[in-house]
Amino acid sequence: MTPETIYGATGIALFAIGLYHALVLPSALRRIVALNVASVGAGFVMVIAAWRPGGGADPVPHALVITGIVVLVAATAVALALVRALHDADTTETDDTP
Amino acid sequence: MIPQIDLAAIDWMLVPVLAPLLGAIAGFVLPRAATAAGMAGLGLSAVGSAAITAQVRTGAAPSTAIGGWEPPLGIVLAADGLTAAFLLLTVVLTLAIGTTRALTPAPARGAAIFWPLMLLLVAGLNGAFLSTDIFNIYVTLEVAALAAVGLAVLTGSAAALRAALNYLLAGMLGGVLILLGIGLLFHAHGRLDLAGLAAVAGSAPSDGIALIAIIAGLALKAALFPLHAWLPAAHSNAQAPVSALLSALVLKAPLYVALRLWVGVLDPATASGTVLGVMGAGAILWGSVQALRAERLKLLVAYSTVAQVGLISLAFGLSAANPAAIAWTGAVTLMLAHGLAKAAMFMAAGRIVEEVGHDRIAELDRSPRRPTLAQFSFALAAISLIGLPPTLGFAGKWQLMEGAVRADAWIWLAMAMAGTLLSVGYLSRVLVGFLRFDRVRGAVGEHQGWTLADGPPLLLAVTAFGAGLFATHIIALLAAGAPLGQLPGAMQ
Repeated sequence: MTPETIYGATGIALFAIGLYHALVLPSALRRIVALNVASVGAGFVMVIAAWRPGGGADPVPHALVITGIVVLVAATAVALALVRALHDADTTETDDTP
Repeated sequence: MIPQIDLAAIDWMLVPVLAPLLGAIAGFVLPRAATAAGMAGLGLSAVGSAAITAQVRTGAAPSTAIGGWEPPLGIVLAADGLTAAFLLLTVVLTLAIGTTRALTPAPARGAAIFWPLMLLLVAGLNGAFLSTDIFNIYVTLEVAALAAVGLAVLTGSAAALRAALNYLLAGMLGGVLILLGIGLLFHAHGRLDLAGLAAVAGSAPSDGIALIAIIAGLALKAALFPLHAWLPAAHSNAQAPVSALLSALVLKAPLYVALRLWVGVLDPATASGTVLGVMGAGAILWGSVQALRAERLKLLVAYSTVAQVGLISLAFGLSAANPAAIAWTGAVTLMLAHGLAKAAMFMAAGRIVEEVGHDRIAELDRSPRRPTLAQFSFALAAISLIGLPPTLGFAGKWQLMEGAVRADAWIWLAMAMAGTLLSVGYLSRVLVGFLRFDRVRGAVGEHQGWTLADGPPLLLAVTAFGAGLFATHIIALLAAGAPLGQLPGAMQ
């Protein structure tokens, strides 16, 4: 097995695990983590495109993966902020009702 | 050694992206001047979009390689008739929605942040319309999606927060699927520009999976049945101008990208077109039935969006399954018509709720206040959505049905007709309420229930109503630069 195949299979497996859990888990927090796992899997697939046998690495996929991570971090931050705001709103609502 | 750069061309291509971006930053830094910065950004973006449209209409194919880098490494912004149509739709809708917002007394929550978020959204959408690089399209779609989520929570209610969280998670899931598809495409071909991909797509074994992943991600972002579950709550719980933006404009970006990929890059196989058509048929039935059952006005309008996206998808499927029979222009006309009419409808619904004080459909006819202008706008928009002549919706449905007849695709034709009939059904529920105001006796006071904020939705509704008369011009603009190959008519 070449390193390329191992990395590729790992990436696809990570993606599948993340996708499955993002779809079935009830908790928003867990779904956010699952989406991050899936995204890392997609990043793996992209990183192996940089692998050139016998030569140096192709920098373009690295730039793509970094951009993908930035997008994911931003989206994750917004999602976490929403979870927090929702938690606060729910607590206030339960406090209001005697 | 200094490369010759055509300054005028570069300026116009970047303006629709950069002007709203700068407006968003200015509005964020100076919250007191947010409205002025927002309208200035939208105005500049409108000038840029109009200039690009003018270039496209003269037969030029304006394009700019950002930073002078050519593909496969660099990113090229390019415009053809399809791009120009969506740039113009964005201009018209955002100016109308922005004006409505500026004319409405600012709500307590989110008054200052509305403008930066809306301009960020416009920058993302225009970027997606102009990009010819699939990774850049992914990034711009994510920018637009994050801005849209920010707009959706402006009301701050728990229901809106919950809806926006589901909206965001669906969008992230869609984004991750698109990212995987892009990764597979890049792995196989080492390039990301659409033109380059069109030449090689299908040659690698992983291309099928890649394109399924991308189309699935786009379908999730466009709320195509059965991936629509996030839409009704997210769209109906937002403030009215935001609902209008989300339903009329934000959904169109993934549909636009899907059209570019589906017809432009892929060689769509018959089976895949059938899948899109079946999903569209499901959306029409499910969205319409839910709209018939909805008790709240904004929820009804949101479910009608699910049904309308289904109709657009049906047109996609038909053009993919029978490329010779129907031009993709039918699908695009439906998208433009839905954009204009749905923005008018959501803003008019917002005005009606404001005047009447609630949005329970069954009790709309029991109010002493009569928001007559808003009701008129709603009715005009409804007529365009149903697709009576001479509306733009009629022009779109006509092309769709003509294509279906030519391809002997009677089931598709029946679905489109069933969708039309059902839309008459659920929209009549609202219109009947407008016509019966005799339940409450009382003198009609000086306040007739209209304000200046009724103007923009009325203008949009009138545009959607009358634009069908100019359908030939719209189709001619779409065909400029042959974005997705020659139209069937042109080949004969």
